[in-house]
Amino acid sequence: MIPEIGQFALILALGLAFIQAIIPLLGALWRRGDLIAIARPAATGQFIFVMAAFIVLCHSFLNNDFSVLYVVTNSNTALPTPYKIAAVWSAHEGSLLLWILILSTWTLAVAVGSRRLPDEFAARVLGVLGIVSVGMLLFTLLTSNPFERIFPSAIEGNDLNPLLQDPGLVMHPPILYAGYVGLAVPFAFAVAALLTGKLSQDWARWTRPWTVSAWMFLTVGIALGSWWAYYELGWGGWWFWDPVENASFMPWLAGTALIHSLAVTERRGIFKSWTILLAITAFSLSLLGTFLVRSGILVSVHAFASDPARGLFILLLLGTITGGSLTLYAFRARHLTVVEGGFRLVSRESFLLMNNILLVVATAAVLFGTLYPLFLDALGMGKISVGPPYFNAVFVIPMLPLAALVGVGMHTSWLRMSGEPLSRRLLFPAGIALIVGLIFPFIVFGQAGALTLIGIVTGLWVIASSLLEPIKRALRKDSAPMPLTRGQWGMYLAHLGVGVFILGATVTSSYTIETDSSAVLGDRWQVGEYELVFRDLRRIEGVNYEATEGEFEVWRDNQLMTILRPQKRIYRVQTSPMTEAAIDVGWGRDLFVALGEPLGAGAWSLRVQIKPLIRFIWLGALIMAFGGLLAVMDPRYRVQRTREQGNLRKKPTKTI
Amino acid sequence: MFLIGLVATGVSISAFLALQAFEENLLFFFSPAQVAAGEAPTDRTFRIGGMVLEDSIQREVGSLTLNFIVTDYTAAIPVSYTGVLPDLFAENQGVVARGRLDSQGSFIAEEILAKHDENYMSPEVAEALALSKELKSL
Repeated sequence: MIPEIGQFALILALGLAFIQAIIPLLGALWRRGDLIAIARPAATGQFIFVMAAFIVLCHSFLNNDFSVLYVVTNSNTALPTPYKIAAVWSAHEGSLLLWILILSTWTLAVAVGSRRLPDEFAARVLGVLGIVSVGMLLFTLLTSNPFERIFPSAIEGNDLNPLLQDPGLVMHPPILYAGYVGLAVPFAFAVAALLTGKLSQDWARWTRPWTVSAWMFLTVGIALGSWWAYYELGWGGWWFWDPVENASFMPWLAGTALIHSLAVTERRGIFKSWTILLAITAFSLSLLGTFLVRSGILVSVHAFASDPARGLFILLLLGTITGGSLTLYAFRARHLTVVEGGFRLVSRESFLLMNNILLVVATAAVLFGTLYPLFLDALGMGKISVGPPYFNAVFVIPMLPLAALVGVGMHTSWLRMSGEPLSRRLLFPAGIALIVGLIFPFIVFGQAGALTLIGIVTGLWVIASSLLEPIKRALRKDSAPMPLTRGQWGMYLAHLGVGVFILGATVTSSYTIETDSSAVLGDRWQVGEYELVFRDLRRIEGVNYEATEGEFEVWRDNQLMTILRPQKRIYRVQTSPMTEAAIDVGWGRDLFVALGEPLGAGAWSLRVQIKPLIRFIWLGALIMAFGGLLAVMDPRYRVQRTREQGNLRKKPTKTI
Repeated sequence: MFLIGLVATGVSISAFLALQAFEENLLFFFSPAQVAAGEAPTDRTFRIGGMVLEDSIQREVGSLTLNFIVTDYTAAIPVSYTGVLPDLFAENQGVVARGRLDSQGSFIAEEILAKHDENYMSPEVAEALALSKELKSL
């Protein structure tokens, strides 16, 4: 009975989504306040019913209701409780429900947070979000119902895929989806602006915090995924250019471009139609990503065809949302009130323009490499895959100049350069980056290739340049020109994160020591500067698995550094083996030991890796996200209503 | 104008480099039957997929090097790999390997691809098997 309540709640949510999609838009068109007023209650109601459906599904998982097909396929009585909750979003149906829940949460947030906006505009935004919601709810109810029953009910479930039984995977999907789906908000703002036919600078100021919030979640979500792949997939890579990863990375790239072009639109009122186009692109890419991952199209275009209903629906939805908004764009973009303003070559505008071009080029290259094999396969022209070297090349080529420009761009002013010439101001950070970057690799690692040096110098350059203003302020407190706003702090921090990431990625890629070896108990061998001793091998009983655990002592300079215990697990239900690597985490380096398989005569295959600065990769992402958080909290996003009413005169815009 | 020219040049150079990188990094997939028929290149890396033939896994005791046979039940190709294997590598299971052919016609794998799920069969492998079945029934 209870699962039916969940399904019923979803159907009611769909009804409310229809109301939210149609009535407020008509209200805005006819300028009818009574119709406009329906937007917020409809959004709230929809949230409540989606939440109810989600809770019902959680309830079915927690109570081992094996009459529900989705629970049978993804859970088991022996599964630990936190993983039962994580199992809710571990497969297609449940993750769609999570998607919808997050969309309705964002919608509710917009409904509450948009009270400061003109009612008509807010109604349009909520209406557009309603349309997206209708599409997703229809998709779930028609093709992927998570509440489907089986009769007779199963006695036991098939268990959650052991790979997903991990704390990282509990957090990764909700946060990533919060980012993915959050891009629906700037999309809705963009479409609402197209519908209105007017795009003021206020529009950009309203849109910016929403965009940055979504981007923040996306950044953390991607970083979590990369971290999980690093320790759980067992083999120590942190990014594979796997289509699933690309699916989340493309919206991030487009979203990053969007944040920057929004800055120009807010401050200078230019780049308007470009910003709108980016908002549409970013959300379309996240829709594309969701479907690439969720439709099975990536596994094969044939698997895609095996469920024609899902495949068709996906295409229809993508076509409607993307195609519809682009058509609207084609008709309306010209009519947006354009305030043209020129700018000089050395101005913040032109640096942000280059940022946008380079990011869009990188997005396009990744998109091409991801989709091309699918097209070729669909046309029956052979099966190919595109290797990581392609992605590394096409990504690094636009990103290196971008990183180099970031360091300068941060310090430029709007319109034109003023005050101290740029070159003199940037001499110091550039010098530090060059000196440290060219010496440090040789001292620490003894050797360095040209690309490595370029990467390290670029990373340090971005770091030094990001820290320049904050340090200046810290050093001369009294004579400081002006305190930094939260927005500026956010910008410097986010860019600092970029630098930290570049440094980490370069050093890890260049100096990782990776060895596969064979060892028997008592063996002692050298990896890099460490000596490993294979001490022990024993059986371990886990909650729902059995494991073989190795014990390895790590010595350096005749001192015991740590003891690592990697495991090879066999989960009882799915009986598939799982490698649990043991990692000694450090700021300077990670020491990674994974147990392979028995090679006979007591020997085991082992993978041992030393990965210098790998933590900087995720640390960099976290700093970026934190920068985003500071920027969102900038007080200037809060005084909007009063400003619109003219009670407060606009402050001179010298920030960001 | 100068800026536009600069940007256009930059974009075309990167597009050229990207296409070149793309061309060099395309990995084609071949089934054992196609490899046996000589359709696979001998001078570049490609991927091969099929089932690991029963009782074909051979390894010298304590060695990291492993030999096995990958088959689509039409043809059988010997594969050699040195290193740690993915968790789900086993006899009578689907496998995809990346590497190249040596002069004796055996496949030297640089990488054995891991699957995420034991029920999941790589679509390429499934198709290779289906194709081979079709050929036999002719």
